[in-house]
Amino acid sequence: MTEPLLELRGLSTHYESARGTRVTRAVDDVSLTLERGRTLGIVGESGSGKSTLALSIMRLLPPAARIVGGEIRFEGDDLLKKSAREMRHIRGKRIAMILQDPMASLNPLFTVGDQISESLRVHEGASRSAAWSRAQSLLQAVRISAPAARMKEFPHQMSGGMRQRIVGAIAVACEPRLLIADEPTTSLDLTIQAQYLSLLRDLQRDHHLAMIFITHNLGIVARMCDAVAVMYAGRVVEAGPIRDIFNKPSHPYTRALLESVPRLTDDNHGRLPAIDGQPPDPSAPPSGCAFHPRCPQVLDKCKTQAPPAVTVAASHTARCWLHLP
Amino acid sequence: MNASTAVVLADVPRRATRRLSSYPVVPLTIIGLLVVIALAADVLAPHNPEVGALGMRFRPPVWQAGGSAAHLLGTDHLGRDVLSRLIFGARVSLVVGFTAVIVAGLLGVALGITAGYLGGWVDEVIMRLTDTWLALPALTFAIFLAAVMGPSEMNIIIVLACVYWTRYARVIRGEVLSLKEREFVRLAIIAGCSRLTIMRRHILPNVLNSAIVLATLMLGVVVVTEAALSFLGVGVPPPKPAWGLMLADGKRGLMAGYWWLTVLPGLCIMFLVLAANLLGDWLRVKLDPQLRQL
Amino acid sequence: MKRFVLRRLGYALVSLALLSVTIFVFVRLTGDPALLLVEPGASKADVDAVRERFGLDQPLVVQYAKFMSGLLRGDFGQSFYYRTPVLDLYLSRLPNSLVLAAVAMSFSLLIGIPTGILAAVRVNSWLDRAGRVFALLGLSLPSFWIGLVLILFFSVYLGWLPSSGSGTVFHVLMPAFALGWYFAASHMRLTRSSMLDVLGAEYVKLARLKGLPEQRVIAKHALKNALIPVLTLAGINLVIMINVAVVVETVFAWPGIGRLLYEGIAFRDFPIVQATVLLGGSMIVFVNLIVDVLYGLIDPRIRYER
Repeated sequence: MTEPLLELRGLSTHYESARGTRVTRAVDDVSLTLERGRTLGIVGESGSGKSTLALSIMRLLPPAARIVGGEIRFEGDDLLKKSAREMRHIRGKRIAMILQDPMASLNPLFTVGDQISESLRVHEGASRSAAWSRAQSLLQAVRISAPAARMKEFPHQMSGGMRQRIVGAIAVACEPRLLIADEPTTSLDLTIQAQYLSLLRDLQRDHHLAMIFITHNLGIVARMCDAVAVMYAGRVVEAGPIRDIFNKPSHPYTRALLESVPRLTDDNHGRLPAIDGQPPDPSAPPSGCAFHPRCPQVLDKCKTQAPPAVTVAASHTARCWLHLP
Repeated sequence: MNASTAVVLADVPRRATRRLSSYPVVPLTIIGLLVVIALAADVLAPHNPEVGALGMRFRPPVWQAGGSAAHLLGTDHLGRDVLSRLIFGARVSLVVGFTAVIVAGLLGVALGITAGYLGGWVDEVIMRLTDTWLALPALTFAIFLAAVMGPSEMNIIIVLACVYWTRYARVIRGEVLSLKEREFVRLAIIAGCSRLTIMRRHILPNVLNSAIVLATLMLGVVVVTEAALSFLGVGVPPPKPAWGLMLADGKRGLMAGYWWLTVLPGLCIMFLVLAANLLGDWLRVKLDPQLRQL
Repeated sequence: MKRFVLRRLGYALVSLALLSVTIFVFVRLTGDPALLLVEPGASKADVDAVRERFGLDQPLVVQYAKFMSGLLRGDFGQSFYYRTPVLDLYLSRLPNSLVLAAVAMSFSLLIGIPTGILAAVRVNSWLDRAGRVFALLGLSLPSFWIGLVLILFFSVYLGWLPSSGSGTVFHVLMPAFALGWYFAASHMRLTRSSMLDVLGAEYVKLARLKGLPEQRVIAKHALKNALIPVLTLAGINLVIMINVAVVVETVFAWPGIGRLLYEGIAFRDFPIVQATVLLGGSMIVFVNLIVDVLYGLIDPRIRYER
């Protein structure tokens, strides 16, 4: 049995406030698995820790954050044990990441061609001209027309959709094994989103990429992902294959999320279903199960003890006392 | 970007995890002390600052050989007591500094609000004027004005106000431009308020924060400019004790090594300007992180 | 690009026109301009002659026309003391001021930029805090006082450096240091804050995510972006330096246009004073124009704005 491409075991990342007084558990005891060539979706509200999780894997956290425990096994090696130099060789080359805002991701002072070739020159020692022509074919691969001309242009001369494609081209330039996409379509127009998503699917297929897709949009998850992990207050409250999660959600939060997606056939007398209450303050989460203040099926136990991950079905886990005898 | 906005641009550490004290103790103490000294000058100064005894010229401070307790910080080339002159000099610097900064502020804020709010050709005209005036090198222009108007304390205040109002105008106008788009201004317009009323009651209070921060920053600049003007002979006229004038006089004794005539007035200027800068920095962070770009 | 340059040029010309009007108006505002425009110690006949010459009893518009036509011909008046056209005097002294400013600017950039970068990269460390204190002091000390103290130390006490005049490298060291100090502090602060802004930008984050070495991230991606405002400031500061150098040049008797201005005041030689302001202001307008255009060249975003 081949080992999974990426395996997180009990990963925890904490933020410390300036005076060391407040500790925010941005990522709390997260365990996930991802096989080669598959797509894992990570869903959650803002503040649930999704982005911090991605940055933890890349080990590019801001100075106030620290990984305090767990393992990140990538192709068998624990990334947490790697030196800074080794991590640098992994970033961009074996694991790539796409950020949310394509305009901000590209350096306004350098041409598009320069920014794509840079990865090739740094990671593979390609010559200027070799890198340039490869970059151009990459532009073609991400379906940008007139690539030769585009190479010499600057980011601000392009539309949002084009920029996001360029970011995608940069990401796959060195043929990484894993691509982490942090809300890549959130800042794109709806009409372009679909195109971009299909582009990502094609890239994945052509380059045998595994993907981690971070989003708050369940529709995208349904379309793009093989498996999904639902995060709440830094923890994975439910994880499993996509069909299972959508058809048999086991955690009340997941259920509530699915119900809150409005459908055309709904008749709720004009009111949109929403989850009661507010997302928790990350630095002062509720005791026990963090979801208990908003949970329609809360038990007394939930208020004091945090539930462990329970296997509900094959490869399907949930952190909920309801599933424990 | 233009000359003076560029020069006024400074920073406050954004990602600072340093604590912001609740009160800017150091600068307020210094300024407070100087104000007290200036107010109580008549009582505090041991001698008349404008009259000297020719027999007591160039005496060093008390802790050096040749010094005496009668003149704790020594005497200058006319036998005048340095300590007394420093004390009265505080009065001059503070009066000139504060007044100039306030007058410049009034003028600059008024024009900035008018230009920003009314827009159109009014804005263009005022801004061209401001930019031109900003282009004029402050010190040179001040010297020119002082030469034209003749040296006196009052004239210097006018000169400084004329030179520095532009610093306010530009920044305030920028603020007003973004304020114009805010909800409460739109509501006032819908409610039928006259433009003057809106400018006075809605815009003005909101730009006051920036104006105050600018004023503290300008204080330092103005004090140094006044010192420079006095040093060159076109500022506060003798025999009035201005710190800048003392530096000019001090130059006479410099090559002979009479250090106290140069170092002491300079230190006074430094403390005042330092206090003004620190206060300005503190206010910038406290009042509105947005003001960082000032 | 062309439209951009033309537009800026237009602004510059308007500024120059306004400049001349401002000076013109101020001179006329003070009661009797003839008293200014005439030599100290002149007789009533001389005053009348001057009145005649400058047409001071004619309508303002006519006076202004005379004034402007003179300026455009290069006639900035004649110095009372030197008995030569002021423009010639000014131009002969200008290179000295440029030299002083160039040395002072180099000094301020050589100290200011690296310390600013260091402070930003090691933000909140003791290095950063020391740097900030340093900068604060620099901004609070008047340049001419620093000059005086330097003379006290290096000329009077140590006897190492000459206290006045020009001619050798030793002569330029102290004045350049005194002049550049304030700007070193200002450049350091701006570099630091600009660098901090850039280091937090998304594209820097992406550069790191690409696996680029930290050196490259800072030197290539961050630095170029961060230095834009600093170099703009430096360019503008160069001309400001030349003009602010009045006091430093006076302290060190450095034969530049600053000292010329001082002589104008000391000898009550008004044509010198008026010309210096006009020429100084024009220089700044001109330099602003050049800096704006250069900015457009470096930052491709600017070119495509209206």
